[in-house]
Amino acid sequence: METPLTGNIRPDREPPDLPEYERAGGYRALRKALLSMTPWKVVEEVRSSMLRGRGGAGFPTGMKWTFVPKGPDAPRPKYLVCNADEMEPGTFKDRLLMEGDPHQLIEGMIVSAYAIEADVAWLFLRVEYALSAGRLAKAIAEAYGKGYLGKDILGSGYSLELYLHTSAGRYMCGEESGLLNSLEGKRATPRAKPPFPAVCGLWGKPTVINNVETLCNVPHIVNRGADWFKGLSRTGDSGTKLYGVSGRVRRPGISELPMGTTIREILESAGGMQEGYRLRAVIPGGASTEFVPAEHQDMPMDFDSLQAVGSRMGTGTMIVLDDRTCPVAMLRNLEQFFARESCGWCTPCRDGLPWVEKLLDAVEVGRGEPEDLELLAMHAKFLGPGLTFCALAPGAMEPLRSGLSLFRDDFLRHIREKRCPWR
Amino acid sequence: MMTAEEIREIEAELAHYPVRRAGAIEALKVVQRHRGWISDDSVKEIAAFLGMSADEVDAVATFYNLVFRRKVGRHVILVCDSVSCWVMGYDSLRDRLSASLGIGLGETTADGRFTFLPTACLGACDRAPAMMVDEDLHGPVNPGGIDAILGNYR
Ligand code: SF4
Ligand code: FES
Repeated sequence: METPLTGNIRPDREPPDLPEYERAGGYRALRKALLSMTPWKVVEEVRSSMLRGRGGAGFPTGMKWTFVPKGPDAPRPKYLVCNADEMEPGTFKDRLLMEGDPHQLIEGMIVSAYAIEADVAWLFLRVEYALSAGRLAKAIAEAYGKGYLGKDILGSGYSLELYLHTSAGRYMCGEESGLLNSLEGKRATPRAKPPFPAVCGLWGKPTVINNVETLCNVPHIVNRGADWFKGLSRTGDSGTKLYGVSGRVRRPGISELPMGTTIREILESAGGMQEGYRLRAVIPGGASTEFVPAEHQDMPMDFDSLQAVGSRMGTGTMIVLDDRTCPVAMLRNLEQFFARESCGWCTPCRDGLPWVEKLLDAVEVGRGEPEDLELLAMHAKFLGPGLTFCALAPGAMEPLRSGLSLFRDDFLRHIREKRCPWR
Repeated sequence: MMTAEEIREIEAELAHYPVRRAGAIEALKVVQRHRGWISDDSVKEIAAFLGMSADEVDAVATFYNLVFRRKVGRHVILVCDSVSCWVMGYDSLRDRLSASLGIGLGETTADGRFTFLPTACLGACDRAPAMMVDEDLHGPVNPGGIDAILGNYR
């Protein structure tokens, strides 16, 4: 089984420096792309690889790149932004890539920037990732020193500046247009779309925003081709995936496995459940995805299969709900996060999420009324897709909507017994 | 007054941006690094330096979780209260920290040594329950090991 993304990552996560990375085949894709492929050829290769964005939404990467104006008449400068603001609860995969193999990300960024003919690349990193920041800064300096960044890279005529930007902490920075506002020094509130960032992004110029894991795939696709990439997978969605597991499992962590690996196998890669705990459900891809009950364990974790059962692949990092944890309290915890991180721009989300949080709090401690379930269901509907300015509120409603139906008996028991049965 | 050092650091960041005000967050971070937090005076100074109004800078400062608009202690403890850490025992970690420090969330110890804050997911869910002290990540934190960890920060 091939693991291109994590092949260089050592158990202690000490990253390879530039010479080591090169010895392992690093920066070969950069040479190949810049010296023997046109930007358009790179876009075509990535497009035919069917790589889908690994940040949560799963949009086809190559297709996103085609929306950027190209050629001598395109507005300048053009930007590539790496979204490394990983702040979705339960998601911790990009940290592994940045700490363990920073040059892979840098190379992925340069090749991707070349594909869209960008002049400047920004690496937008959440500030809490201090270790990643130090390692990335070192890798960037090494890449400049070797002529992989800067003016006329390897004599190809292509130039790129790459800057590392650390944020100041806020979930909204992970939302594409919120991230752009934040990079411009503003509050990270989202922007209206259209126009889309590909044509009107940072400072009004064409901008592509890709997730860390997405960009890390690009050098491998350039080196080995689209067909190889598709062959890595076990389903229609191509490539490998960094799957993660957290919660009451024996070895919480990340494993790189073929796309389409089943939930059961991913749980096994984490050593299975801890002694004395049984699996009840998982949140498959970070806090904003719907619960999937244990019965669906043999389902492949990929974009299409999860969609078929009403959930989402999201970031592919699952959070385990065991049988000794109160599901109502878990939902309250999830909604507390979203209520706190809401940017406050639009009323339904700003007012609705704290209300949801308070209702869940009341039910959990035994002060809930039967009507509260209707009120919660009403919120799940009225904060749904298309009714708020951005996807934060609809995302917040995904675990709630699924939780209300999956754990209905638990909710009713809290209300009937006027206490939490788990305490 | 901004120090020469602060100005030098902010200017270095500004060089990457096409407009000065884009450096607002960087400027807040630079000043916070030097002074520990962002006072009303700091807001005004940054505003003047970047050609913005104080309200504009304050709007940015108050939006971000890790820009401190109130004085904080020498060390800031961020305890993750998001879902994976919550499942793995956030409540008891918080309670033990609170007891050891003698303060609740959002407070600073009387000797000015620690400020204790909740934080959203630290991206260390495999090490839950997790916390950060300044730039150091700790996890999984066993409540019994808290005093040893705190002992490293004077
Ligand atoms: S849905 Fe929430 S996060 Fe999104 S714009 Fe509205 S208030 Fe802000
Ligand atoms: S939930 Fe605590 S580090 Fe992710």
